[in-house]
Amino acid sequence: MNPPAARKNSALARSARRLEIESDGATVRLTLGGAWSLKDGLADTGPIGRALAVEGIEALKAITDGLEGSDSSLGVYLATIHDLCAQRGVRFDLTGVEPGLAKLVGLARAVPEQTDTDHNKDPRSRLEQVGHRTIAALRQFDGDIRFLGELTLSVGRLLTGQARFRWRDVREALEDCGPRSIVIVSVISALIGMILAFIGAVQLRKFGAGIYIADLVGLAMSREMAAVMTGIVIAGKTGASFAARLGTMQAQEEIDALTTLGLSPIDFLVLPRMIALALMMPLLYLYACGIGLTGGVLVSTTVLDLTVGQYWHQTLYAVGLKHFIIGLSKSVVFGVLVALAGCMRGIQCGRSAAAVGEATTSAVVTGILYIIITDAVFAVLLEVFGL
Amino acid sequence: MSADRIRIRVERLDMIFGSYVVQRGVDFEVRQGAIFVIMGASGCGKSTLLKHMIGLVRPAAGRVLYDEESYWEATERRRAEIGQRFGILFQSGALWSSMTLAENVALPLSLYTGLSSQEITTLAAYKLSLVGLRGFEDFYPSEISGGMRKRAGLARAMALDPDILFFDEPSAGLDPLSSRRLDRLMLELRDNLGTTIVMVTHELASIFDVADDSVFLDADSKTLIARGSPQELRDHCEHAKVRAFLRRGGEDGENP
Repeated sequence: MNPPAARKNSALARSARRLEIESDGATVRLTLGGAWSLKDGLADTGPIGRALAVEGIEALKAITDGLEGSDSSLGVYLATIHDLCAQRGVRFDLTGVEPGLAKLVGLARAVPEQTDTDHNKDPRSRLEQVGHRTIAALRQFDGDIRFLGELTLSVGRLLTGQARFRWRDVREALEDCGPRSIVIVSVISALIGMILAFIGAVQLRKFGAGIYIADLVGLAMSREMAAVMTGIVIAGKTGASFAARLGTMQAQEEIDALTTLGLSPIDFLVLPRMIALALMMPLLYLYACGIGLTGGVLVSTTVLDLTVGQYWHQTLYAVGLKHFIIGLSKSVVFGVLVALAGCMRGIQCGRSAAAVGEATTSAVVTGILYIIITDAVFAVLLEVFGL
Repeated sequence: MSADRIRIRVERLDMIFGSYVVQRGVDFEVRQGAIFVIMGASGCGKSTLLKHMIGLVRPAAGRVLYDEESYWEATERRRAEIGQRFGILFQSGALWSSMTLAENVALPLSLYTGLSSQEITTLAAYKLSLVGLRGFEDFYPSEISGGMRKRAGLARAMALDPDILFFDEPSAGLDPLSSRRLDRLMLELRDNLGTTIVMVTHELASIFDVADDSVFLDADSKTLIARGSPQELRDHCEHAKVRAFLRRGGEDGENP
């Protein structure tokens, strides 16, 4: 804007900014000089505010005298004074100021502040804030219910063969939650099996009932841990990636493009992912069971002097088909829930990069929450039916 | 095809989100075969108006009629049928990122035509060549530039030979030559296929080159304040704001 001034600014020796305020009762004179630089911080507009507050002031005349250079520190100072004058109905006279500077201030205040947008309605009181948050939470709930409704219709279309989607998407999702999750699922289920065995070993040894460690590990893995842990791993991995993928599609209008083509985004994007997880989760569950039992065997044979044969025999005796069926059904339900949480947060995503991040986090939290709640419901129901 | 047939009619349309009014009482019609421009300063709701017209946002009040049939009062099935005659180019191109360019163009074709996959491939390549993307069939959207993505988006919009093409800021992000090429393509489509084109833009060069009818949305009064051909509006519009807009602020010097 002001090249000579900028050059002066960079000079080593420069004098500090000067500002003098004089008042003759009707007009305030503001004389600005010296070098104005953001390095010195912003100038305080307090004194000028007090000078303007005096009864009978009609005008403020700003003058630049011996100004050795300026940057935005002077611009923002003058713009603030402009607002102060406007508030008090005082005329702001910039004719004595360097023309370039006066123009900049004029530019900064040329377009009036936008006040009728929703953004400016800051809730003031705490009560109001609570109200706003509550309404936002209810809206979110409303959105979730709507999504569930649409999904139900979509599943109906799937069953009657009217849903349109690409099997390639199913394949991709299968690959993502299957082969590409094997390592993490192996590590986690092996460790869970070993931890269970350790805890059991310490307690059961006291009663000389070490052999029952096989019952403990076998039942815990098949009924609970294998399904829940793979569910949580897949929620953090595949659920998050669903949310990020669909969220980005939402942000880039790709979902709009599907809608306007007459394709239901739920059919086209959510169904294939849900099918993939419902198919892959039971397989992962069985795999996790196997690895978890192996972990249990390792610990028991080293810590408790049990033989593999004894352990195996006891496991077969304790764990029946019933327990596997319970675990398998849980894993299918968890798969559907993880896909639902991931896709729902993705589809509901806002249209910015930050929103995609939030959607991803929320998908993982929602997915894990659904898994734990459903597992609790399962526990109660199984108890009631005596299974 | 009679030239004066009204293709699209927008009646007293209110666009409101929650308590935020975008525009009120928008009223205009688009003739068959017109190249129609929706103008206005940034943030006045041009793209929002387009979204109301293509079925993405339900209007708070008012109607959108296609061939005198009310779009939003129709059943969902009927809306989808009307929508099949639209081709839409989104602001960012909105290509499906998990598909190649050819697959992007092919999807509408495989949904709504009974063509064999061989025929669809040929047709998709032809559409891409129309927008200067010959040889890019197997590229993914992330592998090409923004301008190319936009052109590929146009190829997809034209896939089904639509009766009405909607463009959301078509020349934004295009170099002057591509932009000119796009303008020529629009004229070709209109002249040869009788396509009606509705576009949101503030690219003056392109407005004066191709548009034969237009409306101006005002962000301050939150309604439509002028309609007519751009040349006429530039020279004779009663609103200084519209004249200034069409002359880049020139004549009145109101806006720096």
